[in-house]
Amino acid sequence: MNIKLQTTYKRNWIKTHFRQNWELYLMIIPIIAYYVIFCYVPMYGTVIAFQNYSPGKGILGSKWVGLKHFIDFLSSPDIGRLLRNTVTISINTLIFGFTTPIILALMMNELRQAKFKRVVQTVSYMPHFISVVVICGMIKDFVSSDGFISTFLAPLIGENVDMLTREKMFVPIYVTSGIWQTLGWDSIIYMAALSGIDMQLYEAAKIDGAGKWNQMRYVTIPGIMPTIIIMLILKIGSMLSVGYEKIILLYNPLIYNTSDVISTYVYRLGFESQEWSYTSAVGLFNSIINFILLVSANTISRKFNDTSLW
Amino acid sequence: MNKIKKSIGERIFEVFNIVFMCCLCIAMLYPMIHVLCASFSSPQFMSGHKGILLWPKDFTVNAYKLMARNPMILKGYINTLIILVFGVTLNIILTSFGAYVLSRKSFIMRSKIMMMIVFTMYFSGGIIPFYFTVRTLGMENSLLALILPSAISTYNLIIMRTSFLSIPDSLEESARLDGAGHFVILFRIVIPLSKAVIAVMILYYAVGHWNSWFNAMLFLSDRKKFPLQLILREILIQNDTSMMVQNVGIGEQGLIGETIKYAVIIVSTVPILCIYPFIQKYFEKGVMIGAVKG
Repeated sequence: MNIKLQTTYKRNWIKTHFRQNWELYLMIIPIIAYYVIFCYVPMYGTVIAFQNYSPGKGILGSKWVGLKHFIDFLSSPDIGRLLRNTVTISINTLIFGFTTPIILALMMNELRQAKFKRVVQTVSYMPHFISVVVICGMIKDFVSSDGFISTFLAPLIGENVDMLTREKMFVPIYVTSGIWQTLGWDSIIYMAALSGIDMQLYEAAKIDGAGKWNQMRYVTIPGIMPTIIIMLILKIGSMLSVGYEKIILLYNPLIYNTSDVISTYVYRLGFESQEWSYTSAVGLFNSIINFILLVSANTISRKFNDTSLW
Repeated sequence: MNKIKKSIGERIFEVFNIVFMCCLCIAMLYPMIHVLCASFSSPQFMSGHKGILLWPKDFTVNAYKLMARNPMILKGYINTLIILVFGVTLNIILTSFGAYVLSRKSFIMRSKIMMMIVFTMYFSGGIIPFYFTVRTLGMENSLLALILPSAISTYNLIIMRTSFLSIPDSLEESARLDGAGHFVILFRIVIPLSKAVIAVMILYYAVGHWNSWFNAMLFLSDRKKFPLQLILREILIQNDTSMMVQNVGIGEQGLIGETIKYAVIIVSTVPILCIYPFIQKYFEKGVMIGAVKG
């Protein structure tokens, strides 16, 4: 009896809930459809990494080959170069691209002239609004043999050369231009965190005799630490997914040795040589490593800092 | 507070800080100034020029004239505008639907769907399966391939949801008592209260569409449909200025190609650079709303 009553009660409740909220379900349908079609169907599509896929036969008709493509990749002569380049570029981006916005924000925070501060901020955001194609076009021009940057650096590198044909130059060009692009924009979030610090803390520190330096060390830095950690976790999570767009636009066969990363390799072998299954395997390998990195960074941070993404 | 005497160290730091910021501004601005000057200089001058440039040499607007004669740039601009208008409209509708539903406490599947959405931020199937999915849907060589796959950005959805969550529940409850449905609440109450965040979303999505070229390169083969960035890629990256200089004598082609690149950069970048200082406070606001969630 009791159970029967409960089920009718529950059924009625669901009925009223739907009658009152059907519009919510209508609204969410396109959202779910989007995520299923453009995110989860491609995730299912990664099964071609375990097949010898050919677009003519489709997923159902292609032959299964197990882990063959993963083993091929792990034993291929390219993997050393790809991992080395990916890690080199992302570590350099992390070290320089991550710290400079924090330093800039701290320095901007010390500017006392409000108008000047405003101008500096506006100017430093500018590169964020230039499209990546244009930025790469500008880089190519500036570092070409008669570009102003290679002319400027000629005393250091010996002669006027097209810097993008020199293997050693690629990472510095990539990282420096990356800093130029994102420095101002990335500092916004730290500026926001800085403006959220309670002014009373500074007053108290002053009364306790703290100078500028100690105020920075004991008030400012701890104040923006949670933001720094969250940003760091996010950066670590995307370590292996070095932005391929910029590299594809900048690199050339002469410097593959230092500029080819996993994602550009996937792009080139996939779309130029049609090795669909092999490149899917490489892409999946990359996604899994990224995910592991993100989860471990988050776990470590939760343990030591109580700051976590989820 | 400012009356307190500053120590010598502090003074030195302040001067250094200001000098440093000035250098930074120069470093940020100079590349654009260089391009601007080069675009107004004569090709003969530029082909032999090395080093920095602070003023146009042998002032000429030939590069711009030549570019104006070429229909591809204009065509690219029009295609990009079409993508912007339809793309951003779809973006805003879907993102506000999603943000609204996922910020309702009465929606029972809320946390499950949220998890399903957030997961896609950290894990993806990769570019090859994505390419085949879009191709299977028959969107190849159609502008739809540039609009539908980027219909929602998860990051933006989370920002908008966070902002919708801060609207008091009592407003929704009283509207419901008056018999309003969810569509009415969304369009009459929630959206009018969130104009700022909607503005931020429009700007974020618009910048995204404006910058994107990769999907266009993957999916489009018909040159008439190319968005501006893809045309720019041909000119700037592949150094293919042949289509720009068809009406010029063979001998001059190489020379004109030298400055036309700069004119192309200016024409494609300056409109947005003129607008952004006026809307930057919205961008900042967006970053801050996002920061609340982290």
